Parts: sequence; C-alpha cells; structure tokens
Amino acid sequence: MSLLNPLKPSERMKVPRQESIEQPASERKENFLEVSFGLNEERARVEATRCLECKNPVCTEGCPVGIDIRSFIQAILQKDYVGAVKKIREANYLPAICGRVCPQEEQCEAVCTLGKKNPAVAIGKLERFVADYEMENGLFTVPEIAVRREGKIAIVGSGPAGLTCAAELAKLGYNITIFEALHAVGGVLRYGIPEFRLPRKILDLETERIKALGVEIITNFVVGRTATIDEFFGEWGFNAVFLGTGAGTPHFMGIPGESASGVYSANEFLTRVNLMKAYKFPEYDTPIRVGKRVAVIGGGNTAMDAVRTAKRLGAEKAYLVYRRSKKEMPARVEEIHHAEQEGIEFLLMTNPVRILTDANNWVVGMECQRMELGEPDDSGRRRPMPIPDSNFVINVETVIEAVGQAPNPIIQSTTPGLNIGKKGTVVTDDAQRTSREGIFAGGDLSRGGATVILAMRDGKRAASAIHEFLSTKRTNHEEDSPLYTNPYCQYIS
Amino acid sequence: MFPILSKEPLSPTITRFVIYAPYIAKKRQAGNFVIVRVIETGERIPLTIAEGDPEEGSITLIVQAVGKTTKLLCSMGVGDHLVDVVGPLGNPTEIVRDSVVACIGGGVGTAELYPITRALREHGNKIYTIIGARSRDLIILESEMSACSDYLFLTTDDGSYKRKGLVTHQLKDLLDAQVEFDAVYAIGPLPMMKAVSQVTQHYGIKTYVSLNAVMVDGTGMCGGCRVSVNGTMKFACVDGPEFDGHKVDFDELIKRNRTYGDFERESDRRYCETHTWERQEVVK
Ligand SMILES: Cc1cc2nc3c(=O)[nH]c(=O)nc-3n(C[C@H](O)[C@H](O)[C@H](O)COP(=O)(O)OP(=O)(O)OC[C@H]3O[C@@H](n4cnc5c(N)ncnc54)[C@H](O)[C@@H]3O)c2cc1C
Ligand SMILES: Cc1cc2nc3c(=O)[nH]c(=O)nc-3n(C[C@H](O)[C@H](O)[C@H](O)COP(=O)(O)OP(=O)(O)OC[C@H]3O[C@@H](n4cnc5c(N)ncnc54)[C@H](O)[C@@H]3O)c2cc1C
Ligand code: SF4
Ligand code: SF4
Ligand code: FES
Repeated sequence: MSLLNPLKPSERMKVPRQESIEQPASERKENFLEVSFGLNEERARVEATRCLECKNPVCTEGCPVGIDIRSFIQAILQKDYVGAVKKIREANYLPAICGRVCPQEEQCEAVCTLGKKNPAVAIGKLERFVADYEMENGLFTVPEIAVRREGKIAIVGSGPAGLTCAAELAKLGYNITIFEALHAVGGVLRYGIPEFRLPRKILDLETERIKALGVEIITNFVVGRTATIDEFFGEWGFNAVFLGTGAGTPHFMGIPGESASGVYSANEFLTRVNLMKAYKFPEYDTPIRVGKRVAVIGGGNTAMDAVRTAKRLGAEKAYLVYRRSKKEMPARVEEIHHAEQEGIEFLLMTNPVRILTDANNWVVGMECQRMELGEPDDSGRRRPMPIPDSNFVINVETVIEAVGQAPNPIIQSTTPGLNIGKKGTVVTDDAQRTSREGIFAGGDLSRGGATVILAMRDGKRAASAIHEFLSTKRTNHEEDSPLYTNPYCQYIS
Repeated sequence: MFPILSKEPLSPTITRFVIYAPYIAKKRQAGNFVIVRVIETGERIPLTIAEGDPEEGSITLIVQAVGKTTKLLCSMGVGDHLVDVVGPLGNPTEIVRDSVVACIGGGVGTAELYPITRALREHGNKIYTIIGARSRDLIILESEMSACSDYLFLTTDDGSYKRKGLVTHQLKDLLDAQVEFDAVYAIGPLPMMKAVSQVTQHYGIKTYVSLNAVMVDGTGMCGGCRVSVNGTMKFACVDGPEFDGHKVDFDELIKRNRTYGDFERESDRRYCETHTWERQEVVK
C-alpha cells in the first residue's frame, strides 16, 4: 500500500465517486457556457484517494493511448498537479480535451478494478482537473526537444489525429508543417463539438502548445487543390506525409423533401454555429435559421450536439428522432443524460420517411414511422423494422440530419496509388502506413467516424512509423543523401 | 492575410480586385473559385477566379456589390487585406476543342465566364459571345470579352445599349440563322441560365451552367450547397460548380437560395446605416 494514500483499500471503496459541479440545466439551456465545471481541488483529491493503486493497472490498457493513470493519480495525492499533467502529456498531448470529450465509460473507466463492484475512479474528470489546473495557473512548460532531426513532414488536417501526430514528431525534433483547409485549427473539435462541451479557449491554448513545439500551421490550404501530395514530395521537399483529413462529408437519408429550406446536415448546422459564430448574428455575418420547432435525426454525439445547440438557440421544441431504442444510441452516456436534463424530447423507435414542405419549399413538418426491433443484423444489433400503418407527422420548421459521414474524397482522388476502402476510407496497416511509401493516414479518414482518442492513437502510431521510416531511410543512405539535402528530390524506394 | 494589390471599378456596382494569393495563382484553372472571408466576423463567400498571374502570385476577382459582404469588400482598397482566401475550389471547366460554342454571360456572371471564354479560345474554338445586363452601366468586360471572342453580341433589358432584350433572344436569332453550336456555356442569374437551358434543350445542344448555391466551406463538408441534378443530390462546390443545364432543377435552387433572405436584408440594412455606400463612378 502506498504511503501517499491514507486510506486502507476497504475504506477507499466506501468513498462515494465525486461528481462534477455542473451548471443547472435550467440556466445552461440558454447559454453556450460549459455545462460541466469539472471537479474542484477538494473533490479531485478525494476522488484520487479512491484509486486502489493496482499492481496491474488495467486502466492503462483501457486507454487507447496508454496513459499511466495510476502514476498520475499518485501525483495528485502528492498535490503535484503539474507532475500529474506532465505524466499524462507523455502519452497524450491534449489532456484538457480528452478529459472532456473522451468516452471514458467505455475505455479506461470501463476496465478500472474499482469499477467491478463500485463506481469506477473518475479518471477522465481527474485528467481534466490537472489539465485545467495547469492552464489556469499558467504552469505549462514546453517539453524540451533534445535532438533536431532532418526530415520535413507535412501533416494534412488539424483535427486530433493531425495535431497529435504533429506534436509527437515535433518532440522527436522533426520539421513539421500542418495544412488545414478551413480558416481555423482543430477539425471537429473546432467546427463540430460545441463550446458548451469544449470551450474554444481550451482548444486555442492546446493549439498554441502545439505551435510552441515549433510546428508551423498553414490554414486556408486544401491539400489536393492548393497543392497535391505529389507536389509535396516534389517541389515542396517533404519527406513524409500524414493524412488526417477526417470523415467530414455528411450523409443524407435520401428521403423526399431534403432540398427544402430549413433542412441542414448536422455538419452545416454546427459549422455555422461553432466555426462561423452564427449564434452571434448580426455581430457575426453568418446566418442560421433555427425555428421554434426542430427535429434532429440520429443517435450519436453529433445528433446530441446539434439538438442541444438548437435548444440553446431558442427552439421551443427540440426533438431527437432515432430509429432504435436509447440503449443502442452511440452517443456518450453523459451527453444523452445532459440532453434529457435540458428538456430534449426523444422520439425513439421512430424513423423519418418524408419532409413536408410548403409552396415555397420551406419545411412545415416531418412524417415519421414507428419502428420495432427485429432479429439482430450483421453488426449484432437488432434491426429496426417499420410497423405498418404507424405513420404520424410532427410539426417542425427545421430538420437537422446527423446520420453519419464519410471521408472527403479530395485527397484520395488526387493522389494516385492510395488504396481506398469500401466506404471511401484510406486503407492502412497497423502502423498507419498506406499503400504508398511515405504516406501515412489515421483518424476518421481511415476509420470512418470514430472518436477523438482513437484519432490521437492513430496520430501517435503514425508518428512512430514515420520516425522509423525516416531513420531507416537515413541509415540506408549516405549522410549527404539527396533525400535530406535536395528539397526537390522524389522518394527513393 | 491576403493583401489587395490593385482595385479598379468596372461598373457602378462591380469592382475588379487583384489579390496576393501565390499558391492559388499557381494552380488555378478556368472555372475554379475561391472562398473568401473579408474580416474576422465575416461570412465565407465564393468568388470566381477571373485570372491568375503565377509570376506575381496574384489572382483577379471581379465582385458585384449585392449585400453586406460584397459591399464591404468593394469598399476596401489597396493596402487592405482579406483575412482568408482559400482555393482553387471546384472542378475546372470542361473545355471543348475545335468546336463552335456560345458563351453567354448575364450581369456579373460575365466575370465568371471570362476565364472560360479565354480557355475556349486557346483550344481552337469558334466563339459567339452574348453578354446581357439590365442596363448599359452594368455591362462589364466588353473589351476583354471582345478580345477572346469571334463575335460579340450585347443586350440590355432596357435597351440603353446595343440590342434591347434578353440574351435568349440573341441566342434564338443565331440558332434561327443556322449557326450550329456544339456547346453552350451560360453563367448568370439562375432564371437566365434556366431560360438558356430551355432553349438549347430544344436543339439538343450540350449546355454548361455554373450554379451559385449558397456555400459555407466549399470543400464538401457541409452539404449546404446541395443541388438536384438529374434527380440526384450533388454538392455544387465539389461536384460542380458547373453542371449539365438540361438536368438541373433550377426552380428548386431558386427557392433554396431564398433561405436566408431576411437575414441578408437585415445585414445589408445595418451595414448601409453605418457606412456610406455609393455607386462608383466609372469612366468607360
Ligand atoms: C458533432 C460531433 C461531436 C463529436 N463528439 C465526440 C465526443 O464527444 N467524443 C469523441 O471522442 N468523439 C466525438 N466525435 C468524433 C470525433 O470528433 C472524431 O472522431 C475526431 O475529430 C476525428 O479526428 P480526425 O483528426 O481524424 O479528423 P477531424 O477532426 O475531422 O479533422 C480533420 C481536419 O482535416 C481538414 N481537412 C479535410 N480535408 C482536407 C484537405 N484536403 N486539406 C487540408 N485539410 C483538410 C478538415 O478541415 C479538418 O479540420 C464527434 C464528432 C462530431 C462531428
Ligand atoms: C461558385 C460561385 C462563384 C461566384 N462567383 C462570383 C463572382 O465571381 N463575382 C461575384 O460578384 N459573385 C460571385 N458569386 C456570388 C457571390 O458569392 C454572392 O454574391 C455573395 O455571396 C453575396 O454575399 P453578400 O453578403 O454580399 O450578399 P447577401 O445579401 O448575403 O446575399 C445576396 C445573394 O447572394 C447569395 N449568397 C449569399 N451568401 C452566399 C454564400 N455564402 N455563398 C453563395 N452565395 C451566397 C444568395 O443568393 C443571396 O440571395 C459566386 C457564387 C458562387 C456559388
Ligand atoms: S485519454 Fe481517454 S481513455 Fe485515456 S485516460 Fe484519458 S479519458 Fe481515459
Ligand atoms: S484500475 Fe482503477 S483502481 Fe486500479 S489503478 Fe487504475 S484507476 Fe486505480
Ligand atoms: S459548401 Fe459546404 S459542401 Fe459545398
């Protein structure tokens, strides 16, 4: 037993799990301030005493990036919050983000030993606590970069996959440039996840920390259009490329009425609000049309964010329409819970079949069908089947579709030789190598829609693979290899 | 930051800008556009790249002041800069070779048509150009278009310059005179492109139109620019902006483009209340 924790293991199990302090639902549904304030120092310290300090800390195995959770919790017990966050940052360069948006309950906390009989240690909340502590007290220090290595790497896309890959390679001493299509950095963290879950201040600070490693970020640059990957290897002189362009192209259901005014993809709706700040119209120029009654279709995090955003923008009725039951919803449990608290009405086992419009093509309603769950399908989930003659109409002025997305094809179609999977994803091996030498990929681009932390894991793996690729190239060639000295050289295979 | 290198009025409401954007200048092709954000609080709007100078690292944009964003842009001058310019976006125009083509421009659409007409010229086509506008002072690029066309026809709705009437009247006359067009390129307001497509459909002439759907990102990420072509959903920014005019559902797009009408008027009103917006003097 550790000397740091005053409690015996049996006593630790009796301590109740510490909950975050949250903005009351009645207030927050009218503002964009963060819903959860996280744990305060006192609660964080109590929570840290709950950790059993297992000999075999399975929690670390449950974390996709393998954070040494036991050690960082021990540091919290010692009041060494900066030490704790440094420990986390060894494995995860964006702790303030993961502590907020990671589906902990399915990962580190799902396997936590304490969690077998009691509520698991609130690992995500502790991670957030130390990251916020460091931020609020301005205690961040840039990790020292021990060696400078030759090798220029282009990172395409500034979502969590790209940012992580860039940070890891920069720490190794490489020369890194990130190219981002939009005018702002962060990918889904910027345009998708709303301010009330991830304040922009935090994203901006984490971005500054990436820049502090010497990483250059070029925005307004659509790779495949402004320059191609082959040009990167050619006249731009890059030695390796990481693709982290995400899965940003929205699907539509393909039901009648989707062209109407008042129908949005969740991407468009959230982009207008988060990236373009349409909620501040007319101070900001981009408009958004919310309406009094809004229906959001889908059951994932995107749907949850869209419907809660609509509520905050003044929708009197905000429905979430999902064709299975709540149990099957892919969204994080916490988000579903928050949505319910905020008065979102769930229309479950319900499938939209048609959007109704008036003569000017404005949305006036949506016709839905009730569903029941049939036999399990290939994915093991029970397949929803329509109940005959169960159609009904809901009166809505706005319909937001959050029914999945696919990778944007711009890079795939302008980069010959890239192996593309069935759903438009870029195929990689376990080390994130694509079918083309020197090109690596990860995150939603290779997975379809996934999570922030998996994107980060891919970014880390790709960084190791790129490091290995560039170092072995180096040993294969003379010191003055043209690969390292001639910026115009092509790859030598 | 994208500095404005030069500015020149073309009509009381249309201005030509040369903007420093070196990567885009190098890559742009006829038919490409950029997405521009003028100021930090501004909207993202699409504008066609009228010309590019890779040596100087500049692109030319021709902008008609119709609402808040374009009025603000047109009030800027040399030394000012745009916060964001991204591109080149959209598919380059399909340029036919050694054929007889009609290039039809309406209003500021003529600016979008200009790079295409030049490219058509370089590919050995015989070019009949028709430019239409509401009145004389809205006709732009007359000499530029004349320089890259074999024949140039001008129409004004009010008859204040050259032929009184619509571009479709001129097109019909040419067709009646047995000019055999292999292809037609039409860019202008949606009702004009619709009317041209109706005429050419009758004759079975391949017709390219450029759809001005409301865009946000311009890279296929939002789906806001979706249009119906041949009954299927397309994203104008990545699948277009040019489509086969005979397959486009124009009526649907015309209605969709009204989605933000009240917001646009509100923005415009607020802008005009606090800024003096004047039609510019043009020496022709
Ligand atoms: C609304 C919403 C809420 C979500 N909530 C959660 C959550 O709570 N927890 C969680 O774990 N996951 C969540 N997810 C999923 C998560 O955000 C993604 O899995 C993750 O962001 C993927 O990261 P990425 O780096 O692969 O791609 P992205 O974050 O999509 O970033 C890709 C970036 O590449 C840029 N890009 C694309 N093409 C080009 C190009 N040609 N040239 C240059 N740049 C380009 C894009 O503009 C973008 O900035 C959510 C997703 C959405 C949409
Ligand atoms: C591919 C493409 C190329 C274009 N090229 C040119 C060009 O070379 N020169 C030029 O002057 N204009 C061009 N336009 C039109 C130009 O984008 C609009 O005039 C501009 O967005 C109007 O913005 P505003 O704030 O000044 O006016 P607003 O009052 O906001 O809008 C006036 C009208 O412009 C359209 N519009 C508004 N916002 C957008 C938007 N985000 N995206 C697209 N359309 C919008 C709507 O139809 C609206 O009714 C092009 C449009 C497209 C789609
Ligand atoms: S990154 Fe996610 S999975 Fe890993 S410890 Fe933090 S919350 Fe848990
Ligand atoms: S598994 Fe749970 S109890 Fe064990 S070390 Fe990890 S966090 Fe602590
Ligand atoms: S402008 Fe967003 S998809 Fe075309």
